[in-house]
Amino acid sequence: MNWFWYASPQTFDPLAGRMAPWFAAAAAALCAAGLYVGFFVAPTDAQQGEVYRIIFIHVPAAWLSMFIYVVMSCWAALGLAFNTRLSGMMASALAPTGALFTAIALWTGSLWGRPTWGTYWVWDARLTSELFLLFLYLGFIALQAAIDEPRRADRAGALLAIVGVVNIPIIHYSVVWWNTLHQGASVSMTRAPTMAAQMLAGMLLMALAFWMYSIAVTLVRVRCIIRERQG
Amino acid sequence: MSDHAFYLWGAYGVTFLLLLLEIVFLLKRKRETKA
Amino acid sequence: MLDAAFCVVRRDLLLAWRRRSDVATALLFFVIVASLFPLGVGAEPNLLRSIAPGVIWVAALLSSMLSLARLFAADYADGTLEQMLLGASPLGVIAGAKAAAHWIVSGLPLALIAPLIALQYDLPSALYGVLALSLLLGTPVLSMIGAIGAALTLGLRGGGILLSLLVLPLYVPVLILGAGSVDMAAAGMGGEGQLLLLAALLVSSCAFAPWAISAALRISME
Repeated sequence: MNWFWYASPQTFDPLAGRMAPWFAAAAAALCAAGLYVGFFVAPTDAQQGEVYRIIFIHVPAAWLSMFIYVVMSCWAALGLAFNTRLSGMMASALAPTGALFTAIALWTGSLWGRPTWGTYWVWDARLTSELFLLFLYLGFIALQAAIDEPRRADRAGALLAIVGVVNIPIIHYSVVWWNTLHQGASVSMTRAPTMAAQMLAGMLLMALAFWMYSIAVTLVRVRCIIRERQG
Repeated sequence: MSDHAFYLWGAYGVTFLLLLLEIVFLLKRKRETKA
Repeated sequence: MLDAAFCVVRRDLLLAWRRRSDVATALLFFVIVASLFPLGVGAEPNLLRSIAPGVIWVAALLSSMLSLARLFAADYADGTLEQMLLGASPLGVIAGAKAAAHWIVSGLPLALIAPLIALQYDLPSALYGVLALSLLLGTPVLSMIGAIGAALTLGLRGGGILLSLLVLPLYVPVLILGAGSVDMAAAGMGGEGQLLLLAALLVSSCAFAPWAISAALRISME
């Protein structure tokens, strides 16, 4: 199979157009299933009551935020290695959605923290890492926005994404270490309730829903990018 | 627990609002590039 | 290859010496920023002693970052950078040498005058050694990583601020380890672990950053 057949933006554009609605439908179905399980099947938590149900979007959003960054940097690496234009476009198309999920993870985490631990923000290791992941996304978007010439923008962003993905584990572990040093008495606020199987199922369904959503949105966005660069 | 409804609705509400806004802006962009 | 490296370092140091005021202003910035914090948080000695390592490190971060924009700008403007790209010496060597010269001019002085700032913050003098050592190990990493950002944002509008946005998240591990080493030493547990990790970051950034810097330079110069 010729792997590079769809590497041309012109041939990929109609394929993306055909695929996007299917992923959107899958996203809607999985979201409905996930929310049903999350609200009607999963039991009430003994300690946190109903408010723990925020994890059904908080955790999937956090997972997606990290997953999308990794996928973005894979496309970036492909683009730098094979000099394919479409790979750079895919990375650019993924970034806004990734940043959005990071913001959602931060927002929902903050709202979960308030009723459970009494404060809207704690410098918890995972929230802090998530915050810096958001900065990495925004830096990528800002760099590409500052460069007018598309090929340079793609390649510069790609290099930044790769440097970022290498640094993410380093940043994460240094933040974890920092957090244990300064932790004091408080417990990590993102400690989920002990997982009943239904809770895990709900989280997984919502994670899949967000994943399908991301693919659908990215496919539509990359088509826009392809067309914008043609004219 | 009813006071926690604010947090639940706030979290879910803003999330779906943001996702909806992303879709709306994206469809607007799609309309403009097709033109 | 080493000849090229020494040549570049000597040249950059000579150019920096001719513009001594630029170097001096960066150091002055470091001192001023560090002096601002007590005005903001109050001069209570216990508080200052506890925030001293973090404040000094953040000031060092910002000061080092401010001088990054100039790293490639002058050579880019007069065409020397293009000659470096076309020349026989590996671009990674040249890039690494420029980052090293940047460190000598902006990072090394910070490590040397940090004990003076620590004095202002009433940090116990036993910690000066750890503080200076952490800065000596950490500021080269800042120069190396910062040079990647400087190469990526070469010639862009909004360059300085964009550079900061790109580079500051990457600086986070160095900041945590650097300030953490002094905190650990202050708590009596010894900062060796953090210093060793800083040394590891130093070695790996010196090994990998020049490649990334030269890739970024080629991307920016096409």
